[in-house]
Amino acid sequence: MLTLYGTELGSRMLLGTARYPSPAILAEAVRQAGTEAVTVSLRRETAGGRQGGAFFELIRELGVRVLPNTAGCHTVSEAVLTAKMAREVFGTNWIKLEVIGHHDTLQPDVFALVEAARILAGEGFEVFPYTTDDLVVAERLIDAGCRVLMPWCAPIGSASGPQNIAALRTMRAHFPDVPLIVDAGIGRPSHATTVMELGYDAVLLNTAVAGAGNPALMASAFAKAIDAGRAAFEAGMLEPRDMAVPSTPVIGKAVFS
Amino acid sequence: MTYIVNGETLESSAKTLSELLLALEYEGDWLATAVNGELVHRSDRADHRLNDRDRIEILSPMKGG
Repeated sequence: MLTLYGTELGSRMLLGTARYPSPAILAEAVRQAGTEAVTVSLRRETAGGRQGGAFFELIRELGVRVLPNTAGCHTVSEAVLTAKMAREVFGTNWIKLEVIGHHDTLQPDVFALVEAARILAGEGFEVFPYTTDDLVVAERLIDAGCRVLMPWCAPIGSASGPQNIAALRTMRAHFPDVPLIVDAGIGRPSHATTVMELGYDAVLLNTAVAGAGNPALMASAFAKAIDAGRAAFEAGMLEPRDMAVPSTPVIGKAVFS
Repeated sequence: MTYIVNGETLESSAKTLSELLLALEYEGDWLATAVNGELVHRSDRADHRLNDRDRIEILSPMKGG
Protein backbone atom coordinates (compact mmCIF):
# COMPACT_ATOMS: atom_id res chain seq x y z
CA MET A 1 0.00 0.00 0.00
CA LEU A 2 1.28 3.45 -0.92
CA THR A 3 1.05 6.02 1.87
CA LEU A 4 1.47 9.69 1.02
CA TYR A 5 1.26 12.14 3.93
CA GLY A 6 -0.78 9.60 5.89
CA THR A 7 -3.20 8.88 3.05
CA GLU A 8 -3.25 5.32 1.77
CA LEU A 9 -3.68 4.80 -1.96
CA GLY A 10 -4.45 1.47 -3.57
CA SER A 11 -2.82 2.41 -6.87
CA ARG A 12 0.80 3.36 -7.49
CA MET A 13 -0.14 5.34 -10.58
CA LEU A 14 -0.95 9.03 -10.38
CA LEU A 15 -2.43 10.52 -13.50
CA GLY A 16 -2.49 14.00 -14.98
CA THR A 17 -5.72 15.33 -16.48
CA ALA A 18 -4.37 17.41 -19.38
CA ARG A 19 -4.18 16.85 -23.14
CA TYR A 20 -6.83 14.14 -23.52
CA PRO A 21 -8.93 14.19 -26.69
CA SER A 22 -12.11 14.67 -24.63
CA PRO A 23 -13.34 14.72 -21.02
CA ALA A 24 -15.01 11.34 -21.60
CA ILE A 25 -11.70 9.80 -22.64
CA LEU A 26 -10.00 11.31 -19.59
CA ALA A 27 -12.66 9.72 -17.37
CA GLU A 28 -12.24 6.36 -19.08
CA ALA A 29 -8.43 6.53 -18.72
CA VAL A 30 -8.77 7.23 -14.99
CA ARG A 31 -11.07 4.23 -14.63
CA GLN A 32 -8.81 1.92 -16.64
CA ALA A 33 -5.75 3.04 -14.70
CA GLY A 34 -7.48 2.42 -11.38
CA THR A 35 -5.70 5.56 -10.22
CA GLU A 36 -6.84 7.12 -6.96
CA ALA A 37 -5.18 10.52 -7.38
CA VAL A 38 -5.12 12.93 -10.31
CA THR A 39 -3.30 16.19 -10.85
CA VAL A 40 -5.21 19.36 -11.65
CA SER A 41 -4.37 23.00 -12.16
CA LEU A 42 -5.74 26.53 -11.90
CA ARG A 43 -6.03 29.10 -14.64
CA ARG A 44 -7.55 32.49 -15.24
CA GLU A 45 -11.21 32.01 -16.02
CA THR A 46 -13.16 34.21 -18.38
CA ALA A 47 -16.19 35.94 -16.89
CA GLY A 48 -18.76 33.41 -15.81
CA GLY A 49 -16.25 30.77 -14.80
CA ARG A 50 -18.32 28.00 -16.35
CA GLN A 51 -15.54 26.12 -18.12
CA GLY A 52 -13.73 25.63 -14.86
CA GLY A 53 -16.96 24.64 -13.20
CA ALA A 54 -17.61 21.92 -15.77
CA PHE A 55 -14.11 20.53 -15.32
CA PHE A 56 -14.47 20.67 -11.52
CA GLU A 57 -17.70 18.69 -11.77
CA LEU A 58 -16.02 16.04 -13.95
CA ILE A 59 -13.22 15.63 -11.41
CA ARG A 60 -15.67 15.39 -8.52
CA GLU A 61 -17.58 12.67 -10.36
CA LEU A 62 -14.38 10.62 -10.75
CA GLY A 63 -14.29 10.25 -6.97
CA VAL A 64 -10.50 10.41 -6.73
CA ARG A 65 -8.16 12.58 -4.66
CA VAL A 66 -6.82 15.67 -6.36
CA LEU A 67 -3.23 16.85 -6.35
CA PRO A 68 -3.29 20.47 -7.54
CA ASN A 69 -0.13 21.73 -9.22
CA THR A 70 1.61 25.07 -9.57
CA ALA A 71 2.46 24.46 -13.23
CA GLY A 72 3.71 27.47 -15.12
CA CYS A 73 5.03 29.28 -12.04
CA HIS A 74 8.54 30.67 -12.38
CA THR A 75 9.01 32.42 -9.03
CA VAL A 76 8.59 31.61 -5.35
CA SER A 77 5.84 34.19 -4.90
CA GLU A 78 3.86 32.95 -7.91
CA ALA A 79 4.09 29.35 -6.73
CA VAL A 80 3.15 30.16 -3.13
CA LEU A 81 0.13 32.25 -4.14
CA THR A 82 -1.02 29.63 -6.67
CA ALA A 83 -0.75 26.94 -3.99
CA LYS A 84 -2.88 28.98 -1.60
CA MET A 85 -5.48 29.61 -4.31
CA ALA A 86 -5.50 25.89 -5.15
CA ARG A 87 -6.14 25.02 -1.51
CA GLU A 88 -9.06 27.45 -1.49
CA VAL A 89 -10.61 25.80 -4.56
CA PHE A 90 -9.83 22.12 -4.06
CA GLY A 91 -9.93 21.96 -0.27
CA THR A 92 -6.75 19.91 0.08
CA ASN A 93 -3.35 20.57 1.65
CA TRP A 94 -1.71 18.52 -1.08
CA ILE A 95 0.25 20.55 -3.60
CA LYS A 96 2.45 19.44 -6.48
CA LEU A 97 5.03 22.18 -6.29
CA GLU A 98 6.55 23.17 -9.62
CA VAL A 99 8.80 26.17 -10.01
CA ILE A 100 10.06 26.16 -13.55
CA GLY A 101 13.61 27.37 -14.15
CA HIS A 102 14.11 26.89 -17.86
CA HIS A 103 11.75 27.43 -20.80
CA ASP A 104 13.08 24.71 -23.09
CA THR A 105 13.73 21.87 -20.68
CA LEU A 106 11.06 22.85 -18.13
CA GLN A 107 13.54 21.80 -15.51
CA PRO A 108 12.81 22.99 -12.01
CA ASP A 109 14.48 26.02 -10.46
CA VAL A 110 15.61 23.99 -7.49
CA PHE A 111 16.70 27.01 -5.45
CA ALA A 112 13.27 28.62 -5.70
CA LEU A 113 11.69 25.19 -5.22
CA VAL A 114 13.35 24.69 -1.83
CA GLU A 115 12.37 28.18 -0.70
CA ALA A 116 8.76 27.78 -1.81
CA ALA A 117 8.58 24.33 -0.21
CA ARG A 118 9.74 25.74 3.12
CA ILE A 119 7.13 28.50 3.06
CA LEU A 120 4.31 26.15 2.07
CA ALA A 121 5.24 23.41 4.56
CA GLY A 122 5.20 26.13 7.24
CA GLU A 123 1.65 27.01 6.25
CA GLY A 124 0.39 23.45 6.60
CA PHE A 125 0.74 22.31 3.00
CA GLU A 126 1.75 18.75 2.19
CA VAL A 127 4.25 19.41 -0.55
CA PHE A 128 5.00 17.09 -3.47
CA PRO A 129 8.02 18.81 -5.06
CA TYR A 130 8.77 18.26 -8.73
CA THR A 131 12.54 18.11 -8.57
CA THR A 132 15.61 16.77 -10.33
CA ASP A 133 17.49 13.63 -9.30
CA ASP A 134 20.07 15.72 -7.38
CA LEU A 135 20.71 14.27 -3.92
CA VAL A 136 21.66 17.51 -2.21
CA VAL A 137 18.55 19.27 -3.46
CA ALA A 138 16.54 16.31 -2.22
CA GLU A 139 18.14 16.67 1.23
CA ARG A 140 17.25 20.36 1.29
CA LEU A 141 13.66 19.58 0.34
CA ILE A 142 13.41 17.12 3.21
CA ASP A 143 14.88 19.77 5.54
CA ALA A 144 12.26 22.20 4.22
CA GLY A 145 9.49 19.85 5.35
CA CYS A 146 8.75 17.69 2.30
CA ARG A 147 7.80 14.10 3.14
CA VAL A 148 7.48 12.98 -0.49
CA LEU A 149 9.90 13.63 -3.36
CA MET A 150 9.04 13.63 -7.05
CA PRO A 151 12.21 13.50 -9.17
CA TRP A 152 12.00 13.68 -12.92
CA CYS A 153 13.50 10.88 -14.99
CA ALA A 154 13.57 13.01 -18.17
CA PRO A 155 12.10 16.39 -19.21
CA ILE A 156 8.32 16.85 -18.92
CA GLY A 157 6.45 15.49 -21.93
CA SER A 158 9.64 14.19 -23.57
CA ALA A 159 8.60 10.52 -23.36
CA SER A 160 12.28 9.62 -23.35
CA GLY A 161 12.28 7.45 -20.23
CA PRO A 162 14.91 7.18 -17.49
CA GLN A 163 18.01 9.13 -18.56
CA ASN A 164 20.09 8.51 -15.45
CA ILE A 165 19.40 5.15 -13.85
CA ALA A 166 22.42 5.47 -11.56
CA ALA A 167 21.10 8.73 -10.09
CA LEU A 168 17.64 7.24 -9.55
CA ARG A 169 19.19 4.20 -7.90
CA THR A 170 21.32 6.38 -5.63
CA MET A 171 18.33 8.47 -4.64
CA ARG A 172 16.35 5.36 -3.74
CA ALA A 173 19.22 4.03 -1.64
CA HIS A 174 19.75 7.37 0.08
CA PHE A 175 16.11 7.88 1.06
CA PRO A 176 14.84 4.39 1.90
CA ASP A 177 11.89 5.68 3.93
CA VAL A 178 10.73 8.65 1.82
CA PRO A 179 8.02 7.95 -0.75
CA LEU A 180 9.64 8.61 -4.14
CA ILE A 181 7.46 9.21 -7.17
CA VAL A 182 8.94 9.52 -10.64
CA ASP A 183 7.26 12.55 -12.14
CA ALA A 184 7.89 13.50 -15.74
CA GLY A 185 9.65 11.96 -18.70
CA ILE A 186 8.08 8.54 -18.85
CA GLY A 187 6.90 7.58 -22.34
CA ARG A 188 6.26 3.84 -22.30
CA PRO A 189 5.05 1.22 -19.86
CA SER A 190 8.52 -0.37 -19.89
CA HIS A 191 9.95 2.92 -18.56
CA ALA A 192 7.50 2.75 -15.68
CA THR A 193 8.42 -0.87 -14.99
CA THR A 194 12.10 0.07 -14.92
CA VAL A 195 11.71 2.74 -12.25
CA MET A 196 9.34 0.57 -10.21
CA GLU A 197 11.91 -2.26 -10.32
CA LEU A 198 14.40 0.22 -8.85
CA GLY A 199 12.08 0.49 -5.86
CA TYR A 200 10.30 3.74 -6.65
CA ASP A 201 6.99 3.97 -4.85
CA ALA A 202 4.85 5.35 -7.65
CA VAL A 203 4.79 7.01 -11.05
CA LEU A 204 3.04 10.20 -12.13
CA LEU A 205 2.06 10.20 -15.80
CA ASN A 206 0.19 12.44 -18.14
CA THR A 207 1.34 12.89 -21.72
CA ALA A 208 2.32 9.23 -22.15
CA VAL A 209 -1.30 8.28 -21.55
CA ALA A 210 -3.17 11.31 -22.88
CA GLY A 211 -1.16 11.45 -26.10
CA ALA A 212 -1.47 7.74 -26.91
CA GLY A 213 -3.61 6.60 -29.83
CA ASN A 214 -5.97 4.97 -27.33
CA PRO A 215 -5.48 6.69 -23.95
CA ALA A 216 -7.74 4.34 -21.97
CA LEU A 217 -5.94 1.26 -23.28
CA MET A 218 -2.57 2.87 -22.56
CA ALA A 219 -3.71 3.70 -19.02
CA SER A 220 -4.48 0.03 -18.53
CA ALA A 221 -1.09 -0.97 -19.98
CA PHE A 222 0.70 1.40 -17.60
CA ALA A 223 -1.25 0.09 -14.61
CA LYS A 224 -0.08 -3.45 -15.39
CA ALA A 225 3.50 -2.31 -16.02
CA ILE A 226 3.63 -0.43 -12.71
CA ASP A 227 2.19 -3.40 -10.81
CA ALA A 228 4.68 -5.74 -12.52
CA GLY A 229 7.66 -3.53 -11.63
CA ARG A 230 6.53 -3.21 -8.03
CA ALA A 231 5.95 -6.95 -7.66
CA ALA A 232 9.41 -7.62 -9.13
CA PHE A 233 11.00 -5.21 -6.66
CA GLU A 234 9.22 -6.86 -3.74
CA ALA A 235 10.06 -10.36 -5.01
CA GLY A 236 13.78 -9.59 -5.24
CA MET A 237 15.53 -9.80 -8.59
CA LEU A 238 18.73 -11.53 -9.61
CA GLU A 239 21.80 -9.46 -10.26
CA PRO A 240 23.08 -9.81 -13.83
CA ARG A 241 26.27 -11.83 -14.34
CA ASP A 242 28.61 -12.28 -17.26
CA MET A 243 28.85 -16.07 -17.50
CA ALA A 244 26.12 -18.64 -18.16
CA VAL A 245 24.65 -20.70 -15.34
CA PRO A 246 22.84 -23.90 -16.34
CA SER A 247 19.22 -23.83 -15.20
CA THR A 248 18.80 -27.62 -15.51
CA PRO A 249 20.58 -29.52 -12.70
CA VAL A 250 23.78 -31.26 -13.89
CA ILE A 251 23.86 -33.87 -11.10
CA GLY A 252 22.66 -37.32 -12.31
CA LYS A 253 23.14 -36.42 -15.96
CA ALA A 254 23.59 -39.47 -18.25
CA VAL A 255 27.09 -40.15 -19.61
CA PHE A 256 27.02 -41.50 -23.18
CA SER A 257 30.69 -41.80 -23.99
CA MET B 1 -12.88 52.77 -10.50
CA THR B 2 -10.28 51.08 -12.63
CA TYR B 3 -9.33 47.50 -11.87
CA ILE B 4 -6.95 45.08 -13.55
CA VAL B 5 -8.81 41.77 -13.63
CA ASN B 6 -6.84 38.76 -14.86
CA GLY B 7 -4.53 41.16 -16.66
CA GLU B 8 -7.29 43.17 -18.38
CA THR B 9 -7.97 46.75 -17.41
CA LEU B 10 -11.64 47.57 -16.87
CA GLU B 11 -13.93 50.11 -15.25
CA SER B 12 -16.46 49.11 -12.62
CA SER B 13 -18.57 50.74 -9.94
CA ALA B 14 -18.14 47.67 -7.68
CA LYS B 15 -16.70 48.58 -4.28
CA THR B 16 -15.98 45.15 -2.87
CA LEU B 17 -14.57 41.97 -4.33
CA SER B 18 -17.90 40.15 -4.15
CA GLU B 19 -19.64 43.07 -5.90
CA LEU B 20 -17.03 42.90 -8.65
CA LEU B 21 -17.52 39.15 -9.10
CA LEU B 22 -21.26 39.69 -9.36
CA ALA B 23 -20.87 42.57 -11.82
CA LEU B 24 -18.61 40.46 -14.03
CA GLU B 25 -20.99 37.48 -13.78
CA TYR B 26 -18.55 35.17 -12.07
CA GLU B 27 -20.44 32.54 -10.17
CA GLY B 28 -19.87 29.13 -8.61
CA ASP B 29 -18.10 27.79 -5.55
CA TRP B 30 -14.96 26.76 -7.42
CA LEU B 31 -13.30 30.16 -7.86
CA ALA B 32 -10.23 31.40 -6.05
CA THR B 33 -9.46 35.10 -5.77
CA ALA B 34 -6.40 37.19 -5.04
CA VAL B 35 -5.93 40.94 -4.82
CA ASN B 36 -2.50 42.49 -5.34
CA GLY B 37 -0.79 39.14 -4.91
CA GLU B 38 -2.59 38.12 -1.71
CA LEU B 39 -5.22 35.39 -1.44
CA VAL B 40 -8.68 36.66 -0.48
CA HIS B 41 -10.70 33.82 1.04
CA ARG B 42 -14.20 33.15 -0.23
CA SER B 43 -15.63 34.20 3.13
CA ASP B 44 -13.77 37.54 3.07
CA ARG B 45 -14.82 38.71 -0.40
CA ALA B 46 -17.88 40.64 0.78
CA ASP B 47 -15.78 42.64 3.24
CA HIS B 48 -12.82 43.14 0.97
CA ARG B 49 -12.99 46.76 -0.23
CA LEU B 50 -11.23 47.42 -3.52
CA ASN B 51 -9.00 50.36 -4.35
CA ASP B 52 -8.40 52.04 -7.68
CA ARG B 53 -5.86 50.14 -9.83
CA ASP B 54 -6.10 46.97 -7.70
CA ARG B 55 -4.85 43.87 -9.50
CA ILE B 56 -7.37 41.07 -9.17
CA GLU B 57 -6.86 37.45 -10.12
CA ILE B 58 -9.82 35.12 -10.52
CA LEU B 59 -8.79 31.51 -11.03
CA SER B 60 -10.74 28.40 -11.74
CA PRO B 61 -9.98 24.65 -11.91
CA MET B 62 -8.34 23.44 -15.07
CA LYS B 63 -6.78 20.28 -16.36
CA GLY B 64 -3.16 19.82 -15.40
CA GLY B 65 -0.28 17.39 -15.35
